[in-house]
Amino acid sequence: MDLMKVSPYGTYLEHIRKGELAYQVSDGKAVFYPRVAAPKSGSPDLEWRVSKGLGTVYATTVVYYRNEAPLNVALIDLDEGFRMMSRVEDIDPLQVKIGMRVQVRMLPGDEKQPPYPVFTPAGGAK
Amino acid sequence: MSLKRGSIAVVGAAESDLGQVAPNTSPVDLMAQATLRALDDCGLKLSDIDGIFAAATQVRTAPMNLAEYFGIKPRYFDGTAIGGSSFMCHVAHAQAAIEHGLCEVALIAYGSTQRSVSRAAASPREFNPYESPYRPFMPSSAYAMAASRHMHQYGTTREQLAEVAVAARKWGLLNPKAWEKEPLTIEEVLKARMVSYPFTVRDCCLVVDGGGAILLTSAARAKTLKKKPVYVLGVGEALSHTHISSMPDLTVTAAAESGPKAFKMAGLKPSDVKMLSLYDAFTITPILFLEDLGYCPKGEGGRFVANGAIAPGGKLAVNTSGGGLSYCHPGMYGLLVMIEAIRQVRGECDKRQVKNCDVALAHGNGGVLSSQCTVLFGSAATV
Repeated sequence: MDLMKVSPYGTYLEHIRKGELAYQVSDGKAVFYPRVAAPKSGSPDLEWRVSKGLGTVYATTVVYYRNEAPLNVALIDLDEGFRMMSRVEDIDPLQVKIGMRVQVRMLPGDEKQPPYPVFTPAGGAK
Repeated sequence: MSLKRGSIAVVGAAESDLGQVAPNTSPVDLMAQATLRALDDCGLKLSDIDGIFAAATQVRTAPMNLAEYFGIKPRYFDGTAIGGSSFMCHVAHAQAAIEHGLCEVALIAYGSTQRSVSRAAASPREFNPYESPYRPFMPSSAYAMAASRHMHQYGTTREQLAEVAVAARKWGLLNPKAWEKEPLTIEEVLKARMVSYPFTVRDCCLVVDGGGAILLTSAARAKTLKKKPVYVLGVGEALSHTHISSMPDLTVTAAAESGPKAFKMAGLKPSDVKMLSLYDAFTITPILFLEDLGYCPKGEGGRFVANGAIAPGGKLAVNTSGGGLSYCHPGMYGLLVMIEAIRQVRGECDKRQVKNCDVALAHGNGGVLSSQCTVLFGSAATV
């Protein structure tokens, strides 16, 4: 990756702006977060792919900030074999359960926060 | 080449003032105060210190700041900063330095004024575009997710988590220096203000000011000083990840690597240890460490701590100071984790003293279960 021209997060963000959740693959293994070198092998040969956006809740919590509605934070295992932090929406945060199937959805962001992916319940089981 | 069991010993150990210190006290003031007390503890002079090891979230170049403050030029210095376990790593690194003659008297110091200046000011979170947008309340939310996973996989309950806080409080009530002074029940833990589910504020460590210092030197020199030496029998260090989203399995920590390394070096097994000082940032952490250090099978930690098993009078003495949950947690608490273990081996713990405590284990945790370091301390009889 020529860091004078593109960056791992910059490329990820370009995909997000198109509504795509992108990840990298090296030697058949999914890599996330995006990097310039694959973990362990150190290989710079990282191919970008777009996830189908389907995953399973691996771990979950609900944050109680003062004077705010309870906020879900979860770790999601995507079907392609990578894990990311996100939030499950459209459901009571306390009802987000480990093992629940979820589908990605892009939030538009604002002046301070670039667009970013969240998840909603997908129904069914893996 | 590997480190030698018992080649160095802790000769001086002390806390700084703890709790809420005077306005405008600096973290380095607290390091210096603790250092003077640790020097007094063993009879060494400031000029004897030729190795400085320090880390602090408010002082990015801690060994340098402390050297300037004291006006000394250490022959050796190390500012390894991997969170709350940094100081256990400093012990391992000091042992290597002393064994190789790079320094003779090593100071390890820490200080924080996080209660006075606020935790947000004392320890600002680094921005991560893959985590920060979701606004986890860090570090609590990371540990809460580990707890969620443990509950899901092994049936651990909120009541079992609360047992850890209640045991810590019972020990803390025996420690005059503990921040918390009132009894605590499981019911009170469960009903306290929710922070990051399943943790209430009582599942989370204290936010107070404080610091500490320990002095280590060669076994030969240690024998010439005031207090009974507390020997370093074994050390183990392990890194796992930095961000919780990169932790391979939220129910298994790298204590499963650092612990066996320390036991192997010491030639000891878990049942040889009389007292454990386990970094209790949150109620889930002692449960994970009891499993990963070999005190119960994986998944059994919640059931292991139930019914007061780690409280005074229980089957295993854990966090006799009251721990980060009831005694003191000034941000990076690892140095104080070791100081309690050192005092237990010395027999200085009065009402909370564990009988015949010839071997104590101090386990440090850093980041979000990210770095794990284990130190085994022993009395002269164990060397």
